[in-house]
Amino acid sequence: MLKILKYSFFDLIRSRWSYVYLLFYLLLGFVLLFLNEDLSKAVITLMNVIIILVPLIGTIFGVMYYYDSKEFTELLLAQPVKRSSIFIGQYLGVSLSLVMSLVLGLGLPFVFYGLFESAAIWDFSLLLVTGSMLTFIFTALAFNIALYNENKIKGFSYAILMWLFLAVIYDGLFLMSLIVFETYPLDKFTLIATVFNPIDLSRILILLKLDIAALLGYTGAIFQKFFGTNVGLFLALGSLMIWILLPVLNIYRKAKKKDF
Amino acid sequence: MIFRLPTLFFLISFFYYGFNSANAQITVCDSCEFTSVKAGIKAAKPGDTVLIKAGLYKENSIIIDKPITLLGENLPTIDGEDKGDIIQVFADDVTIDGLKLINVGSSYTEDYAAIRVSRAKNFVIQNLELRKIFFGIYLEKAREGIVRNNNILGDAVSEHNSGNGIQLWYSKKIEITNNSIQKVRDGIYLEFADDCRITKNLSKDNLRYGLHFMFSNDDVYNDNVFENNGAGVAVMFSKRIHMKRNKFQYNWGTAAYGLLLKEINDAEIANNIFEENTTGINVEGSNRVNYTGNTFKNNGWAIKVKGACYNNEFINNNFLYNSFDVSYNARLNDNKFHQNFWSEYTGYDLDEDGFGDVPYRPVKLFSYIVNRTPETIILMRSLFVDIIDFSEKVSPVFTPDNLLDEAPLMKKYSW
Amino acid sequence: MVKIENIHKKFGKNEVLKGVDLEIPKNGIFAILGPNGSGKTTLIKSILGMVVPDKGKIFIDGKQTHANGLYRKNIDYLPQIANFPSNLGVKELIKMIQDLRGGSANSDHLIELFQLEPFLDKKLSNLSGGTKQKVNLVLTFMFDSQLVILDEPTTGLDPIALLHLKELLRKEKEKGKTVLVTSHIMSFVEEVSDEIVFILEGKIYFKGNLSQLREKTGEQDFERAIAHLLKKNHA
Repeated sequence: MLKILKYSFFDLIRSRWSYVYLLFYLLLGFVLLFLNEDLSKAVITLMNVIIILVPLIGTIFGVMYYYDSKEFTELLLAQPVKRSSIFIGQYLGVSLSLVMSLVLGLGLPFVFYGLFESAAIWDFSLLLVTGSMLTFIFTALAFNIALYNENKIKGFSYAILMWLFLAVIYDGLFLMSLIVFETYPLDKFTLIATVFNPIDLSRILILLKLDIAALLGYTGAIFQKFFGTNVGLFLALGSLMIWILLPVLNIYRKAKKKDF
Repeated sequence: MIFRLPTLFFLISFFYYGFNSANAQITVCDSCEFTSVKAGIKAAKPGDTVLIKAGLYKENSIIIDKPITLLGENLPTIDGEDKGDIIQVFADDVTIDGLKLINVGSSYTEDYAAIRVSRAKNFVIQNLELRKIFFGIYLEKAREGIVRNNNILGDAVSEHNSGNGIQLWYSKKIEITNNSIQKVRDGIYLEFADDCRITKNLSKDNLRYGLHFMFSNDDVYNDNVFENNGAGVAVMFSKRIHMKRNKFQYNWGTAAYGLLLKEINDAEIANNIFEENTTGINVEGSNRVNYTGNTFKNNGWAIKVKGACYNNEFINNNFLYNSFDVSYNARLNDNKFHQNFWSEYTGYDLDEDGFGDVPYRPVKLFSYIVNRTPETIILMRSLFVDIIDFSEKVSPVFTPDNLLDEAPLMKKYSW
Repeated sequence: MVKIENIHKKFGKNEVLKGVDLEIPKNGIFAILGPNGSGKTTLIKSILGMVVPDKGKIFIDGKQTHANGLYRKNIDYLPQIANFPSNLGVKELIKMIQDLRGGSANSDHLIELFQLEPFLDKKLSNLSGGTKQKVNLVLTFMFDSQLVILDEPTTGLDPIALLHLKELLRKEKEKGKTVLVTSHIMSFVEEVSDEIVFILEGKIYFKGNLSQLREKTGEQDFERAIAHLLKKNHA
């Protein structure tokens, strides 16, 4: 698996798109810092980018890589390599190269602007950790979609739809149901609904460290308990881990049965 | 004129004492003629000074019923042994200076205090250290007194069995300055107290309010710091209060405010700093209040307007990085926002007159939704919320459409 | 060498293999023929474990194939369409496959044979279809396994390369290897194969050598014989 990972990774970091992605983040980081000069403010702006853009890019890259490397996959399948190794290796190759672009692209400008002397370093690290996890999650989800759809166009559409659903539509439905059922106690429902969407989960995770920890406490005892302490932080991180694990396990499972 | 009068009194009394107290000083200590504060006071004649040397005096209900000065040397301690009021002042022209008062003892029926001033005027209470108190300094129907340089540290844990640091009840023209008040119920509490000046105090870590006004008019509080109090500062049912250059900070919590205004009319709120409060200012039923030159930074809500508020003006304030700048729970607006700086403003200034060319709408749809269903706060900063906020900005449906700042500042306002 | 027992495979509702039994002995070149969609590639892929059969067993050298695919170490496979990771160079690809399979490999004489030297440092995305197929052939023949499976090896090859391919096959056969090949070029099949397996609608329709085929169909010409098989079936 490590060999596959190595080749996928090197294949990808040599592709034009990785550079575009890296350059985009470099530019974003520098522009943000240039405009804001305030590190912690830039972190908040970055959050908006990360919870929307990172999943989108993870999704697109995942699907694209899967379909583009289909023949390569078949070549590998004829080699004495385990199927699961091929797919997990490729998946890790894609997500790691994306994570590297993200971390380098955002990290360099911030280091350049004196991150290590700043109090924002923890917020920033959390941002990068969350961004990385989102990359892993959405690449895995994209791989899943691609594994189930032979048709490239179909797979691509489903993947974009999935992103759109989790990034926007889910929150719309969520908000609507909260307003419709406002007379009921909602805090448990709210927490559960958050856990079921990795984008929401990441947003909350970052916000916990930024501005709304106490605002959330405003709404009720369960929120306060959840968000007021480190319980929330660890639970959110744990849930994100599950969000990575489940799709990866499914890749593993599906890859074993799939015909090529 | 109002505040010159006590000063004049002061000068007069100074001369009066000056002639009499040179040889009328009564000393209290372990090995002195008088070994208790009570005995010392009993022996003193009006105008005398009772000098208390360092030591521990276990006394309570010390009654001062003549114009004397009670002066501590090297901070003597009077231990009330939890039996109730420690010092009670019933006479005018009394000075209490340099004592440490401990163990007042709490009660559910009586408001025991370290020092109680009742129906007296021209008093000075200064340089005291109060510890383990119920109420600290309790002024009832007192006038023209000074409370300054005192250090009050309580050990309050719950609201119902704790008292206030400095309490004023039916009192007038009191000056409260340079005190530090911590860990009591309300730092300073004013009820029916008019024409008072509260300046340069630090009120911190108190259970309920750092400063609390009820039915008190024409008061001024300037240059104070209110920090991490259970609910911030509350000004209720009062008129013509001036609040300037105060800092309201770190009041985080379920029902915490920097400043709570309820039924307040004709107030001036200027040049204050509100930083990191759940709500910067919570306004209910307040009219003709001018907010100028205030800075709201990193609050959950900078200003929350509830109920009917008319003719309020917000001019030249700075709104910096608040989660919500202004929140309204009604569609009606009769307040003016003009020439404020909004960090979230995204407009431009093509004619370079220093004001944005596009008006700013400080009320977001999402803040309206959160007011209605608090749990929705969990969706803050999500893309969906940004989208609905944007569409509301373009065509207001739920928020007051006349609530806008026509001339938002392009640069921070500084004073 | 290869023994296939009662293989069934469905893709959705489409039943591609309907109980195939086949035994391929050691040493020789076996051509698998059949019209489009008859299940040739599916059968080959089943042997390779790329397609998971619904039913049935496959034995290679007497050992049943295992899902982990490690038995493929002893199979050289040439996939039908050669399409490689586009960012890799030819040399890197060859190295990578060597690295993945382990064991000894000799690609130099093959590179020479197909005259690939000028392309070694080029990226695969910049190569023509024929050149890619040559690379594909190098990748297949650089190992020395006893079982060689070739899916449409002639695709895109120029006449010279085709000659080299035939030469290669002859040599492999001389080494005592078993070669499994599918092709649409009948003359090629006729020229190289020792035995023919004809698949039709998911079943083995004919198995035997060329003379047996001629006998069975009564046609001397190979192409006609095949056409006869097809016609007879449809009649």
